[in-house]
Amino acid sequence: MLEVCDLNTHYGKVQALWDISLEVNEGEIVALVGSNGAGKTTLVNTISGLVKPSSGSVSFLDKRINGLPAHVIVELGISYVPQGGKVFPEMTVRENMEMGAYPIRAWKQKDATFEQVYRIFPRLKEREKQLARTLSGGEHQMLAIGRALMSKPMLCIFDEPSYGLAPLLVKEMFQTIQNLKEQGITIFLIEQNVRRSLEIADRAYVLENGRVCLQGDCVELLQSDHVRKAYMGL
Amino acid sequence: MFVLEGQGVTKYFGGLAAVSDVDFHVDQGEIVGLIGPNGAGKTTLFGLISAALVPNSGTIRFKGENITGLRPHQICKKGLARTFQSVKVFSDMPVINNVVLGVHFGTSERVKAAQAANEADRLLEFVGLSGRAMVPAKDLTLVNQKLLEVARALATKPEVLLLDEIMAGLNSTEITQAMELVSKIRAQGITIFMIEHVMKAIMSVCDRIMVLDHGKKIAEGTPQEIATSKMVVEVYLGE
Amino acid sequence: MIQLSWASIRASKSYLIPGIILLLGLIVLAGLPSFGPKYSVIFLSTIFMYIVLTTGWVMFSGPTRQISLATAVFFGIGIYIAAILGKHMPLLVMVLIGGLASSVMALLVGSLTLRLKGVYFTIFTFGLLELIKNAINWYEVTFTGTRGRFVVVVDNNTIYLYMLAITVLTVLTAFLIRRSKYGLALQSIGEQEEAAAHIGINVTLMKVSIFAISAFFMGAAGAVMATRWTYIDPFMAFNMNYSFTPVLMAIFGGVGQLGGVVSGAIIFAYLEQILITKYPFYYMLVFGIVMVVSVLFLPNGLAGVVKNWRARTTGGRYVRT
Repeated sequence: MLEVCDLNTHYGKVQALWDISLEVNEGEIVALVGSNGAGKTTLVNTISGLVKPSSGSVSFLDKRINGLPAHVIVELGISYVPQGGKVFPEMTVRENMEMGAYPIRAWKQKDATFEQVYRIFPRLKEREKQLARTLSGGEHQMLAIGRALMSKPMLCIFDEPSYGLAPLLVKEMFQTIQNLKEQGITIFLIEQNVRRSLEIADRAYVLENGRVCLQGDCVELLQSDHVRKAYMGL
Repeated sequence: MFVLEGQGVTKYFGGLAAVSDVDFHVDQGEIVGLIGPNGAGKTTLFGLISAALVPNSGTIRFKGENITGLRPHQICKKGLARTFQSVKVFSDMPVINNVVLGVHFGTSERVKAAQAANEADRLLEFVGLSGRAMVPAKDLTLVNQKLLEVARALATKPEVLLLDEIMAGLNSTEITQAMELVSKIRAQGITIFMIEHVMKAIMSVCDRIMVLDHGKKIAEGTPQEIATSKMVVEVYLGE
Repeated sequence: MIQLSWASIRASKSYLIPGIILLLGLIVLAGLPSFGPKYSVIFLSTIFMYIVLTTGWVMFSGPTRQISLATAVFFGIGIYIAAILGKHMPLLVMVLIGGLASSVMALLVGSLTLRLKGVYFTIFTFGLLELIKNAINWYEVTFTGTRGRFVVVVDNNTIYLYMLAITVLTVLTAFLIRRSKYGLALQSIGEQEEAAAHIGINVTLMKVSIFAISAFFMGAAGAVMATRWTYIDPFMAFNMNYSFTPVLMAIFGGVGQLGGVVSGAIIFAYLEQILITKYPFYYMLVFGIVMVVSVLFLPNGLAGVVKNWRARTTGGRYVRT
């Protein structure tokens, strides 16, 4: 579904990504693991259209999307939950979520989607009429995920979705991701919580210093010495 | 006398009680954890202690002195420092200047430029950021920005340090390093009150844990007690 | 950036050569009344005025990132002090009082309003201009029976030397503050006010004090320039041009660097003087076009262009570390 080929991205003169190639197939959960500064967010920004690559390509459903503006990419069916859950502070929780349903396809189904999302995150329903800026850090995260779900994406990219969430919510969140997979949404997951993400994902890529250094089946990766030592502290 | 304590602390935002009648205390030399579901009022409580916010009722005492009504810079000079959940480093300045500011303004002493720079260097080494002194703070990774905030807070020579989710977004190795840092800080004689969601860290590093939910304190005790409390498991831990 | 003392500034090699050049330049400027063309003294006084207003504006609005449109208020107070007191006391005293009066006004206004965020502060400062202008007008008409006032006459050479002195003092003050811990603290306030407060910085005190310091220089300049106009009324004295033009000059020159600010003021003021004489009807249009072009293509002003050129010759920026 998503294919990245020999991608190179620069910030000004500095190269952040080298020859990245990866793919996400329909119905999979693919995890991207790596330290802070390895380039995970740069890669995701490039895929979602916020940053232009210097060379290489990104294709979605066999259509080249690198170079397209971000809003077009969303219309095509990719949804992005940014790290830290960036919400619209002066809008209410409900309005934020409505903004997520902006693509026409999603707008028509928004009432049903609201129900679904509220079931997953009841606290969002509690705070429905509150301004987003009055929410706590973790609630911003929930709201950002809810908003991404509102656009009824085919591919959902999560950038550190468990950041700042209470343990109970982290459990629920990973459960949600699995539920989404069951509903047919393909998921690209970037996470620091390596153990949990490798547990729910089918395949994973390990990014270090802007390059893919390991990839493969999650079961195997969980056993890998390198992964265990560098990322799981074992 | 507790080094930091509060009675009946309450804060309303509009009609909503973000913090409701909370009593708390921290003893000199302790590491106390503050946990609770998202939106429970943890960061709000920190804001009330550091005087970023003014409580609607209740009192907060620092070293026996009533500090409700003072302003943040005054409380800092008295010896209470904090870090922020959404990292607030001075992005356009070099790393070292972030810390130098803390050295100059954090206490009532007058410090000479060279001395301040030396002190800043020492603190950067203490948190593990030496070698990055001249990098603009905005170019640091998130983890390093958090460490910078800690160094900056330590520069103000605090007796009590409030840490707000410094481990969020860290991988396991980094979490272990952060835990060591917290212990090192306590070894210097600084009392620590920390908000965290990373259970591994809280359980092993804290002497005592306080649990907030919907603005109220619902539990308090040793890590062991908290981990086995049915209510806490239901509301927060989920295991 | 962390050099805070005279000793370290003197010791630093990079300041030696520019320092000598500046000193020579100052000597030449100081001698201008004696051997320079008559017109140049008048021309340069105007340019000095703009340098003072622009540098003064940047002193406050640069680090704190709160855009003040009160420059004309402080300038105007200086003008009025000259009109009221000029005949009764020596020029130096009058200028100092002009500066002090503006400072006091800045202290008052600042303590009341510096907590206003962003646009609200800017709008308030603009409203202040209108308020003061009309208040003084009302007072003059009602109590003094006259709207305008005559200002004591001072010869052009003296005006020039006073403006030169004020300019040097303003730029020197701005330079020293930038390099001091006070300047660093101001910068931190502009970036993260809450964090700055939490490391012991008295944010209100800092903001109000720099506001007052910048106002002093604007008021002093006003007191001197008033003597050139010889007749003033509230509408001349409190002219919003003097609030907006310094902002434009600073943006054009590049707010981040002091050299940029001063260059911006010089070039702009020079441009204005030339354009007014050559195209009295079109100069505003040309001005406007220059402004639009510089905002579109020079986001960091002239200083930004210099910085980019330098960066291109020395290498890239930092990687995430």
